[in-house]
Amino acid sequence: MKLEYIVGIILLLFAAQFFYGLAIDPDAEFGGADGAAEDVIAEIDPDYEPWFGGIGFEPPGGETESLLFALQAAIGALVIGYIFGYYRGKNQAN
Amino acid sequence: MHIFEGFLPSPWWQIWFAVSIPVIMFGMYQMNKLVSERREVVPLLAVAGAFIFVLSSLKLPSAVTMSSSHPTGTGMAAILFGPAITAVLGVIVLLYQALFLAHGGITTLGANTASMGIIGPFVAYLFYRAASKAGMNFYLNVFLATALANMATYLVTSLQLALAFPSEVGGVFESFKMFALIFAATQIPLAVVEGALTALIMKYVVQIKSEMLVDLKVLSSAALAKIKGAME
Repeated sequence: MKLEYIVGIILLLFAAQFFYGLAIDPDAEFGGADGAAEDVIAEIDPDYEPWFGGIGFEPPGGETESLLFALQAAIGALVIGYIFGYYRGKNQAN
Repeated sequence: MHIFEGFLPSPWWQIWFAVSIPVIMFGMYQMNKLVSERREVVPLLAVAGAFIFVLSSLKLPSAVTMSSSHPTGTGMAAILFGPAITAVLGVIVLLYQALFLAHGGITTLGANTASMGIIGPFVAYLFYRAASKAGMNFYLNVFLATALANMATYLVTSLQLALAFPSEVGGVFESFKMFALIFAATQIPLAVVEGALTALIMKYVVQIKSEMLVDLKVLSSAALAKIKGAME
């Protein structure tokens, strides 16, 4: 179980750095770094306009976007859980 | 690390497609070959792909820059199957996000695949193989290889943006510093978490399907025996 403990501690430290940041700056929203990069582009080249856009489905709002992100995570977690569970059961049956 | 749709001008978006497409083609060839020679590897391939799906959907907060970013999840696939097959798995995730989430884009798919699907995984693969030869502890090796791949991915994104948007004063280097400050700095705590989670999932692969690690030449039989010995 040793590795599980180490990973647990790392996850706790990760949570701690988040709460530390929040304590220093309670108004922080932790916006996406991708969006921050967009601001830098606007700073370097104020005239730049994205020359292409809107081919895929654009989520109408934050709710739909979080639905699709949750779906992405759920699909992944389902596959991992199913296959690991299958192998574990098979190993035990042998 | 997603460069948004339309945010890479010519010739950069074409250049990154030119970099990515041959690797993806080679990856598809390798994947076909692997799957037809060893059907039993398919579930593990699915798990590696699913791991990318899960990790790249988690937007984690980082107090370094007070912004959020996501892990890549590509380290596992890179260590198990090599960077070319990882590029194929990466492009699937990036396409999903570009088409359904307005995250990334079709015109920037080449660049995003190059950073997340190819160069990051390549770093993980090289590091893992070299450290494995040098006899490093397996889990520490997975942790470091994956954390480095995560950082490399975001440094590549910074470089891609810097090349396309050189600063008027200081040029590409100055721009690179500005982008790296956002991307790479944000990633530091995320890289640690990603390394830890990947080491953990690899432990479960060792527990339930260790013979496949030897088949895929990820571990030698001797190294595997040592790890299994330490487990009991």
